[in-house]
Amino acid sequence: MIQIESIHKSFEGKEVLKGISSTFENGITNLIIGQSGSGKTVLMKCIVGLLLPEEGHILYDGRDFVSMKKKERKLLRREMGMIFQSAALFDSMSVLENVMFPLDMFSGYTYRDRVRRAQFCLDRVNLIDAQDKYPGEISGGMQKRVAIARAIALNPKYLFCDEPNSGLDPKTSLVIDDLIHSITEEYNMTTIINTHDMNSVMGIGDKISFIFEGHKEWEGTKNDVFTSTNERLNNFIFASDLLRKVKDVEVGNIEG
Amino acid sequence: MFITKSINTFGSYLMLMGKVFARPERMRSFFKQYTKEMSQLGVDSIGIVLLISFFIGAVICIQIKLNIQTPWMPRFVTGYTTREIMLLEFSSSIMCLILAGKVGSNIASELGTMRVTQQIDALEIMGVNSANFLILPKIAALVTMIPFLVTFSIAAGIIGAYATGWFANVINPEDLTYGLQYSFTEWFVWCGIIKSLFFAFIIASVSSFYGYTVEGGSIEVGKSSTNAVVHSSILILFSDLILTQLLTE
Ligand SMILES: Nc1ncnc2c1ncn2[C@@H]1O[C@H](COP(=O)(O)OP(=O)(O)OP(=O)(O)O)[C@@H](O)[C@H]1O
Ligand SMILES: [Mg+2]
Repeated sequence: MIQIESIHKSFEGKEVLKGISSTFENGITNLIIGQSGSGKTVLMKCIVGLLLPEEGHILYDGRDFVSMKKKERKLLRREMGMIFQSAALFDSMSVLENVMFPLDMFSGYTYRDRVRRAQFCLDRVNLIDAQDKYPGEISGGMQKRVAIARAIALNPKYLFCDEPNSGLDPKTSLVIDDLIHSITEEYNMTTIINTHDMNSVMGIGDKISFIFEGHKEWEGTKNDVFTSTNERLNNFIFASDLLRKVKDVEVGNIEG
Repeated sequence: MFITKSINTFGSYLMLMGKVFARPERMRSFFKQYTKEMSQLGVDSIGIVLLISFFIGAVICIQIKLNIQTPWMPRFVTGYTTREIMLLEFSSSIMCLILAGKVGSNIASELGTMRVTQQIDALEIMGVNSANFLILPKIAALVTMIPFLVTFSIAAGIIGAYATGWFANVINPEDLTYGLQYSFTEWFVWCGIIKSLFFAFIIASVSSFYGYTVEGGSIEVGKSSTNAVVHSSILILFSDLILTQLLTE
């Protein structure tokens, strides 16, 4: 479980995060949604410690990340896995070496065990056949899956995904979403996902936080989305005609 | 304005170096990176070093023989001058300037690309000290390899000088041998090597700094690689001035 309390962050006097508080439970997929530029990536970078917030607390199962000593923070980092918007695989290493990298650095396993563990993770994302390829030789969707395998190699407690399915076709997006969702349940991880993909919202939105211009505008589950009367949320989610029609049908189902 | 900016840059450079010089997380991965960088930065530069030094050695010999030496000068002049130019300046300073172009841009663009594609962030998230993991092997590898490159450069320059005698009859090889051995000071070889160690450190650390601190996209990566070459060249020339004073006083 991760709790954040009144996170503030500004860049050169421009306030990007204006005091965001929320709780992200384990075993479910927590979504952060919001328009482009609303501050989702900045919020996630603050949570994982790539950016330092000016104010606020970030509690990892009660452990305060912001005021933590450098050494403790480093140890906590080993419990985190992150999937970046651009996959961020190391180009100089093969797929297998990428997944093995965190194991090489931090596990005490023997070489054979590390290979076995990496292959297990690659198998989990159905990419065992691509283990000898290099990141430049595989498709974007496959890169994302390798990134997932690398992120789960050390059995993290916390998984962060920044727009895991940006730039992917709807079908591949579903595969990635399902993968993240099932891994989260399987290992009881605390998973936070940034997205503006409505399929993800409807599919794996166990809990959704809607960020609007740097503050939390709304919070709820994917079912609450349909009955919400929050105007900004409705304008954001049901922006297209198609989705407005879907909403009418869903609301009819719920009421009927 | 310019001064505050320079002081700022120098401060961030020092802070980065503070992160770089730490005990590596895993010695095994450090040595793996170290050997990889030795091959990429050092061994892959041998070709260009030999090529350029060979031609410069030959050209210096021809220039001096044809344009400077006159019949009433002693016969050692050409060999002696060629040797001293190679030892004192070319094989250390000028060669490092050339390497600043080749190796510096390589380092800066590699690290810059890793930065903008979030590979460095990915390392940080895992709890790896990315500056230490990426930069220390580069600095160590270039500093290890540079004495070899200097030595190769000196040798190639001398072979270049002989080539003008053997193939073009510019100079009599016996005169050249006599000149090359005339009043030889071993210390000058060490001077070249000592200077080159400093230059190697400058090239690797300054280029890493510009690459590692890129913000933005491909345009910034390009700029950082230019900055890396320009600034390491300037620093090499400047420190050459100081080191030459100190070492040959
Ligand atoms: N390093 C930075 N320096 C200055 N401003 C920044 C920086 N990073 C982000 N910002 C600003 O913060 C705001 C929020 O950016 P952020 O990347 O969090 O948006 P986002 O919600 O992730 O958008 P998207 O959905 O397009 O990824 C933007 O206005 C951006 O200009
Ligand atoms: Mg973003």
